[in-house]
Amino acid sequence: MRERAAVLAGAAALCAAPFLLEALDEAFLLSVLTRMLAYALAAAALDLVLGYGGMVSFGHGAFLGTGAYVAGVLLHHRADGSAVTDWPVRIGGTAEALLAWPAAAIVCGLLAAAIGAISLRTRGVHFIMITLAFAQMVFFLVLALPQYGGTDGLMVPSRNVLAGASLAGDAPLYWVALVLLALFLAFARSAMAARFGLALRGARMNERRALALGLPVYRLRLAAFILSGAVTGLAGAILANQASFVSPDLLSWQRSGELLVMVILGGQGTLYGPVLGAVALLLAEEELAAITEHWMLILGPVLLVVVLFFRGGLWRVVAGARGDG
Amino acid sequence: MTALLLVEQTLNGLQLGVMLFMIAAGLTLIFGIMDVINLAHGSLYMAGAFVGATVTARTGSFALGVVAGAAAGALIALLLELTVIRRLYARDHLDQVLATYALILTFNEGVKVLWGPAPIFLSAPPLLSGTVEVLPGVPYPAYRLAVIGAGLAAALFLGWLIGRTRAGMLIRAGTTHRETVEALGVDIGLLFALVFAVGGGLAGLAGVMAGPVLAVQVGMGEQILILAFVVIVVGGLGSVRGALAGALLVGLTDTWARALLPVLLRGALPPSSADQVAANLGSVAVYLLMAVVLAVRPQGLFPRHA
Repeated sequence: MRERAAVLAGAAALCAAPFLLEALDEAFLLSVLTRMLAYALAAAALDLVLGYGGMVSFGHGAFLGTGAYVAGVLLHHRADGSAVTDWPVRIGGTAEALLAWPAAAIVCGLLAAAIGAISLRTRGVHFIMITLAFAQMVFFLVLALPQYGGTDGLMVPSRNVLAGASLAGDAPLYWVALVLLALFLAFARSAMAARFGLALRGARMNERRALALGLPVYRLRLAAFILSGAVTGLAGAILANQASFVSPDLLSWQRSGELLVMVILGGQGTLYGPVLGAVALLLAEEELAAITEHWMLILGPVLLVVVLFFRGGLWRVVAGARGDG
Repeated sequence: MTALLLVEQTLNGLQLGVMLFMIAAGLTLIFGIMDVINLAHGSLYMAGAFVGATVTARTGSFALGVVAGAAAGALIALLLELTVIRRLYARDHLDQVLATYALILTFNEGVKVLWGPAPIFLSAPPLLSGTVEVLPGVPYPAYRLAVIGAGLAAALFLGWLIGRTRAGMLIRAGTTHRETVEALGVDIGLLFALVFAVGGGLAGLAGVMAGPVLAVQVGMGEQILILAFVVIVVGGLGSVRGALAGALLVGLTDTWARALLPVLLRGALPPSSADQVAANLGSVAVYLLMAVVLAVRPQGLFPRHA
């Protein structure tokens, strides 16, 4: 019950935020909130593999960045009228979010399928190192595309349009991000309570037993990994719109690490926890950066103390709920 | 011309390989014995480089810098083991990743505060600043040869330490049957601290020696750490022999790919972008190598429990 109240309070706060900020004359902060929502979506997606599947992916930055690049590249080609590719079929640029965002999710899903198919043959520390290494490979592959800015990143000339309606301004993008986050949370909650989620969690708790029960453990994990990668890519597409810029930094191992921190800070295996963790971490970064240029010197030790002595995550404190991942 | 390039790049590859070995050997031992994944290992390499460069600049002696860099790596590693890592032995790998990730953030920012964000430069000692003719008509920097020599010496030292000494025997026993070793009355805490210090010392040594070849800068640790992970995955987790084989394979692959791709791409692409494309595509080669090895042998070339 307490968890339900916390979810409702959070949802109400996020729905009221645009009006509140408007009334307080701080509407520019809405863009910051949109960024938090995008990261929250990515962190919740990572929670599927991490909290429920028990797979410690240190490579989700690759999906975040790739999703951002797909949306950015399509907008880039749309602006100068050129084609992404002429062969085997001509694919032009587009500003339509209904095309570009699913494209970002599909590309990231395919990437996750390739990375997952190899990485999931291994366990534990191997898996951590391999996902990290593959993300690094994607990073270098993207840098090797000079037409998309290389190390300088890609300027995004305009925002996507949604079914022809403009997403310009802070409020429309905020609402779209909020709706997408809510939809994903609702979908993932029910998926994790259904057979798929139960089997995934069962395989995490006792792989041998799951195999003996005849569960296709490898395929279950791969499906979760692909879903997670695709949704993280979608979050990347939102980020590209929010920042009007795609930085290769999104693909870096630091982003992957940050996503992991968000999930753990909020509480793994809860889906809502990572949302809270994303908001808390980004908020802490903003606040600390306002105090000192060397804010990481504060954030680092704080994180260390949190990991060493404070287990279970923020969500448990707020909602009193244990992770059921 | 091609023969010259090949010899030169092969030596460069060996040099990168021994450097990677010095990082990967420590990482793989720490993992093999303590079951800990330590992301902050790259920070020890960075610390060695910065301390070594500073001591060299202050005293004018590169040899002192090398000693100081290795000592800094070992001391910081020991300190980390006693304060942080010790609490992580009983935790799962996720907690270890997060805690040592937090350490990376702290170390990188700490170095920025102490030394500033700009790279600092460390030049090779005058004695080794010339070139040596490795083959008739093929000059090669003496310093890089010295690095290869030092790396091979480190490999031999580790081989002796692990294969011939009592401590090494315990280390070997610890990688396969930790509980038994503990039950036999061995002070496992001391053994862990020792392994950590040796690993940190090697990383610090690699850091100083890399100074004259690469730039000494914040973030250098993570670049090499991720490559060292590839080495360990390719070589087999927990195996020092695997780390050596993996390191040489990765070093040679990376160097050859970076050297050959620009030559190949120059014909196909405009020269302005060819170099950037080649440099980044060259970096991809080692990850492809890793993917191929994993597809064929998921446990690496030298699996621990064969």
